[in-house]
Amino acid sequence: MKKELVELKVNGRTYELAIEPSALLLDVLRQDLRLTGSKRGCDESSCGACTVLVDGVAMMSCTLLAASCQGQEITTIEGVSEHGSLAAIQKAYGDWGGAQCGFCTPGFMMTVKSLLAENPDPSDAEVRMALSSNLCRCTGYSQMYEAIRSAIAAEQQGAISPK
Amino acid sequence: MTEFSIIGKPTAMVDAAEKTTGSGKYTDDLSVPGMLIGKILHSPYPHARIKSIDAKRAEALDGVVAIVVGRDAPNPYGILPVGHDEHALALDKARYVGDNVACVVAISESIAENALELIDVEYEVLPAYFDPEESMKAKTDLIHDNKPGNLEKDYHHVFGDPDKGFAEADHVAEARFIANEVTHAAMEPHSTLASFELDPHTGKMGRLTVWSSTQVPYYLQHKLSLVLEMPMSQIRVIKPLVGGGFGGKSEVIPLEIIAAVAARKAQAPVKITYTREEVFWAHRGRPRTIIDLKTGLKKDGRITAVKARVVQDGGAYCSYGVVTILYSGALLGALYDIPHIQYDGYRVLTNKPACGAMRGHGTVNVRFAFESQLDELAAKIGMDPAEIRRRNLLKPPCITVNGLRVQSYGLPECIEKTVERSGWKQRKGKLPNGRGLGIACSHYVSGAANSIIRSDMPHSTVNIKIDRDGGVVVYTGASEIGQGSDTMTAQVAAEVLGCSLARVRVIAADTDLTPIDIGSYSSRVTFMAGNATLRAAEDVKKRIAAAAAKKMGCAAEDILFRGDLVLKKGNVVPSVKRDRAEEAEVTQTGTSVSGRVEGQILRGSLQQKRKEEGPKEWMTFEEAVVAAIDFHGALTGTGSYAPPPEARGGKHKGGGVGPSPAYSYSAQVAEVSVDEDTGEVTVHKVWAAHDCGRALNPVSVEGQIIGSVWMGMGQALTEEMVWKDGMLMNAGMLEYRSPSSVESPEVEAIIVESIDPEGPFGAKECSEGSLAATIPAISNAIYDAVGVRLHESPFTPERVLAALRTKRNAKALNLTEGVDPTAPMRFREHGGVLCFKNKGPNRHALDPARREAPASVGGAD
Repeated sequence: MKKELVELKVNGRTYELAIEPSALLLDVLRQDLRLTGSKRGCDESSCGACTVLVDGVAMMSCTLLAASCQGQEITTIEGVSEHGSLAAIQKAYGDWGGAQCGFCTPGFMMTVKSLLAENPDPSDAEVRMALSSNLCRCTGYSQMYEAIRSAIAAEQQGAISPK
Repeated sequence: MTEFSIIGKPTAMVDAAEKTTGSGKYTDDLSVPGMLIGKILHSPYPHARIKSIDAKRAEALDGVVAIVVGRDAPNPYGILPVGHDEHALALDKARYVGDNVACVVAISESIAENALELIDVEYEVLPAYFDPEESMKAKTDLIHDNKPGNLEKDYHHVFGDPDKGFAEADHVAEARFIANEVTHAAMEPHSTLASFELDPHTGKMGRLTVWSSTQVPYYLQHKLSLVLEMPMSQIRVIKPLVGGGFGGKSEVIPLEIIAAVAARKAQAPVKITYTREEVFWAHRGRPRTIIDLKTGLKKDGRITAVKARVVQDGGAYCSYGVVTILYSGALLGALYDIPHIQYDGYRVLTNKPACGAMRGHGTVNVRFAFESQLDELAAKIGMDPAEIRRRNLLKPPCITVNGLRVQSYGLPECIEKTVERSGWKQRKGKLPNGRGLGIACSHYVSGAANSIIRSDMPHSTVNIKIDRDGGVVVYTGASEIGQGSDTMTAQVAAEVLGCSLARVRVIAADTDLTPIDIGSYSSRVTFMAGNATLRAAEDVKKRIAAAAAKKMGCAAEDILFRGDLVLKKGNVVPSVKRDRAEEAEVTQTGTSVSGRVEGQILRGSLQQKRKEEGPKEWMTFEEAVVAAIDFHGALTGTGSYAPPPEARGGKHKGGGVGPSPAYSYSAQVAEVSVDEDTGEVTVHKVWAAHDCGRALNPVSVEGQIIGSVWMGMGQALTEEMVWKDGMLMNAGMLEYRSPSSVESPEVEAIIVESIDPEGPFGAKECSEGSLAATIPAISNAIYDAVGVRLHESPFTPERVLAALRTKRNAKALNLTEGVDPTAPMRFREHGGVLCFKNKGPNRHALDPARREAPASVGGAD
């Protein structure tokens, strides 16, 4: 397939890329831009490991055409750390054991980010519902809930509270 | 009680930031210049002779670099020395749908995929075997010519006098249990990148470097050497971050060998990454197991004898099969005191992907049967199910009737704690109809006492190097796969050396750099690599102490290491210690460059100050290290661990599998409700107490317990590999029905510390032992809720409804009878309607339904 030029805005930076019109966003991120934080766990929007934000909405990049994202703001896990330090949710996932093997973690980070942007103080049931778009095989999810609660508390206090 | 400064405290994993920021590299994230992509052609038939492979059309495709076939690497291999029955690519026969036939190497994935369709393979389709009991009757068209009756291996063990035991029993229960096949489905699909270097002396292809998602770098190096006919020293295996294993990466997976063979043929680096469907074909999961179990019981609740006949549907290759079938028998022992055991185990070959090791290797399915039957017997004699388990406790230290040595034994405390926390006494039998509580116990090895490759070599070796500025580097072959192995290693080293965790850097699982550790499987790393780290740290500490003692004018034995200081025993530390402690805090928390510089400046001025003070009562860690390097010339330490001979088990055939230096213990109570109209089972909460010896990192231990319980719940309720004529009907994460957050119960992890005499700081395993108890705890809770016993897992609505119907009709029916594992009806249930109905669309982030009504599902309990 013949390549075409597209302009993608990823993590606040604009890239001009020659890609096949059928190229998936996940492949463009991982292979063309070398942003390997977004993972491929399946190829069919089952697992959520490839979740990125497109204009603030959590989307699975493994079934999204890259060319269709022109003119939209794409945020990947590489764009989550703030000013060279861990975001509250990243620190909390580490402290509370929300990440074990870590392969699903970037996807969860993006889903949680999108959830908290919409709903800064979700109930337990709302957290569970939001997280159900992503799969994890290590944690059984429990320690993620604690991490999310702690990150919310930290955001509210403006600092990460010690455990 | 000894006070520890590092271990026993909840500690974020040393690689946590790499994982939460996405900067950590897994194998598929790697690329090297000139790298090509490999794609594998899989067999569409479950059993077929390969008459010819014609790759001319594929080779002609622009962008295709090489086509690899079986003849390119004909040496057989397999994880077990007795099971060398696999080839990189099929030589003469394909033995399951998905077996590896050829590999295309091309400049891009899409070209490689197109080329696969241009390879013409002529197959002669053979009769295939899908059911183990049918397969055992086979006379012709054997799956492997050297395995008559398609029997991989059978074992027949008698310990004590089972006939006498059953004669003494007041009650005997006998039933058939079936546990269906499950797989690891680790989030990271397997990936391997192989690259050869040109040798400067010969000018030909020389050393091979392989980056792979493996739990066992050393075994991979060994098998690569076998297949490629290269010395191990010419092969470097590097394990990047691994996205979960659970046993699925604990042996050499076909793509690992294929990538290396392909790189040799293409004369360029080759990366192969499995699709999710290929991961399901690679499998090596827990086999479908048929268990005919008989247990004898006295009126007082004592077990008199157990007889088990176990048939495992092993798939097309040996894999870990011989070990699995042995574990199933051996781990009938070491949990309870059973005086007489008879075990007949059959590992059978069928035309399906090979089963192998999966979390709780070998013990899980038999434990489900045993704990369910024990519950039945308790009901028969009117005894509390928790009490019947207490009546059958071991009295350690002891050696079980099948030769397993038990030293630390936290099971009584596990039972006590779960009973107490779950309100068992007040609530059992008093919950409303449809809701119930069930209890079950389990255990697991802390590493196998005998290595796969029989030898006297240490199971783990660790080297430590300390630099002049006090930086500690630990070199270990142990494989971090998400369980926290690197963090455990750093913690143990820091604890022994009395230094802060921030000083310790762990270099792991690179066969060029790190000494041999046999891998992350059978829950051996904390016990064995932990002990090796402990010994290496003690070794280097002795050297520092000798030099420090000389400076301080005391005996080396009187030197203490604590809080980044080296002091004389009994010495009252001057006020500087407080500054020092604060400084240590800074180094621990401050990761920025400026913080480090400040720290060093502070240390420098401290050293200056100390010089002026005269004779030393204490030294900073760096001062002691400098003294030691000046004194010894270099500062390194080494330690290794091999299980003691007395823990290596009995002398009977197959007695090498099951023995472990220590066993973990678990007791669990599950609370479930059963919808009698739909047959749906909901697990509300699981209380899981686990005896891990000592919790080195409580947050990780809890994570492992919760993860095990959760995975056990998946096997109990939803997860199942569904087959139709040898084809996997549900090779996707949703279709396989891995539980999502809305289906997952609350798990209360309760840590029990029995302090093992041989574990590092008393620690034992915590990652597998809890899984096995969850399935029977749930089935026993279902009985408590609605009065039906389920003998086949998973407990799907269909099976629960069938059991409820039978109960209402008051007609005896063997639930497992007449169940055809390949019946298309079950395919429809799993792959067709239920899976996608209301669920698929809801999972999409933009689906309006999801946004409007997120509440009410799960959660509340």
